[in-house]
Amino acid sequence: MNKLTISLSPHIHSGDSINRRMWNVVIALLPALAVALWTFGLPALWVTLVSVGSCLLAEWLIARFLLHKPCTLSNGSALITGLLLAFNLPSILPLWMVAIGAIVAIGIGKMSFGGLGCNIWNPALVGRVFLLISFPAAMTTWPTGVSSAFNGFTGASTQSDADTGATLLTHLNSGDVSMADYNVLDMAIGQMNGSLGEVGAFAILIGLAYLLITRTITWHIPVSILASAALFSWAFGGNPVLDLLAGGLMLGAVFMATDYVTSPMTHSGQLLFGFMIGLITIIIRKYGAYPEGVSFAILLMNSFVPLINRYFRPAIFGEKERRQTA
Amino acid sequence: MKNYWKILYNGIVPSNPVFVLLLGMCATLGTTSSAYNGMMMGIATAAVLLCSNVVISLVKNLVPDKVRIPAFIVIIASFVTVLQLVVNAWLPSLNASLGIFIPLIVVNCILLGRAEAFASKNGVFASFLDGLGTGIGFTLALVLLGGTREILGTGKIFGAEIFPEDYGMLLFVLAPGAFIALGYLIAIVNKLRKTC
Amino acid sequence: MKKLASTLPNMILSLGAVTIIAGSILGSVYTVTKEPIARQEAAQQQQAIADVAPSFDNNPESDKWETTIDGNTFTVYPAYKDGKLAGAAVKGSTMNGFAGEIVVMCGFEADGTVKDYRVLRQAETPGLGTKMEAWFRDPTGARSVIGKNPENTSFNVTKDSGGQIDGITAATISSRAFLETMRNAFEAFKSYKNSESSKK
Repeated sequence: MNKLTISLSPHIHSGDSINRRMWNVVIALLPALAVALWTFGLPALWVTLVSVGSCLLAEWLIARFLLHKPCTLSNGSALITGLLLAFNLPSILPLWMVAIGAIVAIGIGKMSFGGLGCNIWNPALVGRVFLLISFPAAMTTWPTGVSSAFNGFTGASTQSDADTGATLLTHLNSGDVSMADYNVLDMAIGQMNGSLGEVGAFAILIGLAYLLITRTITWHIPVSILASAALFSWAFGGNPVLDLLAGGLMLGAVFMATDYVTSPMTHSGQLLFGFMIGLITIIIRKYGAYPEGVSFAILLMNSFVPLINRYFRPAIFGEKERRQTA
Repeated sequence: MKNYWKILYNGIVPSNPVFVLLLGMCATLGTTSSAYNGMMMGIATAAVLLCSNVVISLVKNLVPDKVRIPAFIVIIASFVTVLQLVVNAWLPSLNASLGIFIPLIVVNCILLGRAEAFASKNGVFASFLDGLGTGIGFTLALVLLGGTREILGTGKIFGAEIFPEDYGMLLFVLAPGAFIALGYLIAIVNKLRKTC
Repeated sequence: MKKLASTLPNMILSLGAVTIIAGSILGSVYTVTKEPIARQEAAQQQQAIADVAPSFDNNPESDKWETTIDGNTFTVYPAYKDGKLAGAAVKGSTMNGFAGEIVVMCGFEADGTVKDYRVLRQAETPGLGTKMEAWFRDPTGARSVIGKNPENTSFNVTKDSGGQIDGITAATISSRAFLETMRNAFEAFKSYKNSESSKK
């Protein structure tokens, strides 16, 4: 697929477009959204609606009044940013914080750079990290009593942080939980605590399958992230299964890191990109102060994308020979 | 007389050290976690700048060209050290909040920049005005940036509460917030300068 | 006046003059400010001791006693009233915080009950770990350490097994480091009492 053959016109348009691909991503997000609503109930719906609504509004206002550009709402990218941002938030986050996160995601993360296609970092992650650093307490406060496995655990120990639950990773990080306390099946179908979209690994995999079948994304980034995370989790003495299912790794690998704008263009570049994200994630989880490192890892590697694109540039036809002769 | 006004004004708006020349970024980003800190850092820098500009314009003909940079640095560093000792001795609360940044005034490029670009070529009074203007411009910029970050980050301005601290966005008090706030302020100032 | 040419003697002379003048100015300013600076530092220390220790009529700083726990130096400033040990201020530190060193001045009654504390130096995350100055004296829940005795209260965050002090929300590392310093300060105070009683 690396060779591009162009014949003389007329060409047949495949019908592919930005809009179509973006709507494919939206469809792929739906199973995970359903799981989020099932697990967290109505609050999750409000968070999602506020996030999506604020993103759309912010994009429209900025495009209309600051950039004086035609309206870009219909390409669905703001909708995806809104959904992904909501997926990265706890369901009981105050709604005004959700709105601020959405405005930051669109305003600072995307429109500051000139809109879709010009941003360096994944807008939804910019919004999430902004919220995480700005409101660390609220962003790490999860609803209690979500899952059966979780209830048993929190019930047994008196939580110091009063009425706040903690995610599995928080417990893993403080080293007072073992694999035996968790039911892998529960985790796979979403019966655990965390942000909206990161709980249902199975639903995310359905989304991944849809994206692969419709050829919206290729396998390179998600697979390399998950493989490298599993490898380093094992190498650092962790539990690969637990590390893969817990936290936002699945969500990040499938929906965040694969953003077209902020990921490398060539397949070899994508493999390196994914490998580094997996490595950084596990390092942050293992040694960092934050329990979860996926969002930081993806943002860090987003910054390296221009460099990766430069070094993994496909050879222009005929260039190899010229280099050898030169 | 008009010319002198121009020198003074030049440092405040058309070549504002922070928003236009982008000089002294270390101090700008590091000390502006609140409007008060920004103001104090601005005043401290302005004081050193004023002294160094005057002294350098006085001795400019006594210093041969080839050794002017080391000579200027020694003069600036001396003033900074004097300032640090004075703050240490008589202003302990300021010392606690600005402590580490005062020695950094030495490497603030505004000082050497004005010494090179202005004081070593102009008379004493003009250099005094240039130092004053640039100092005021720097202080205003730091107060603006510090105030923005303080309001957004903690809901206060000069320590007076505007909205409850729980609603503050902590990021703006931390280093990344400094970069984001500075970027947007530069954009706004540039826009205003163009339209005015 | 014409500008001096860059000849070697000129350069040496002018640089020499600049450095000599600068040096002498610095020297004189240093002598003038030396005493106020020393006084300032001493005053801060005394203020912190007086804030946290029970009232005393001796000079805690001249009676100070040092010990090392886990590689950190703990300084005990004993407070005597009418010749009897009333308590002490213990200055201790830890490197186990979130960022950099945490230095705390802990005040104890004679029996080891915590009277008060001052966080002298810390570089924790603003808005989280930095709350420690106010948090551990807040009577809400089991946050406060004031009036508790490390002898019969476990100075650990409730998140850890057996702990009886509520940690700062979302700043467990800072809370653990702070409580560790309190515990070690208490140990330092105890060993000071032992060494005093064995002297008699």
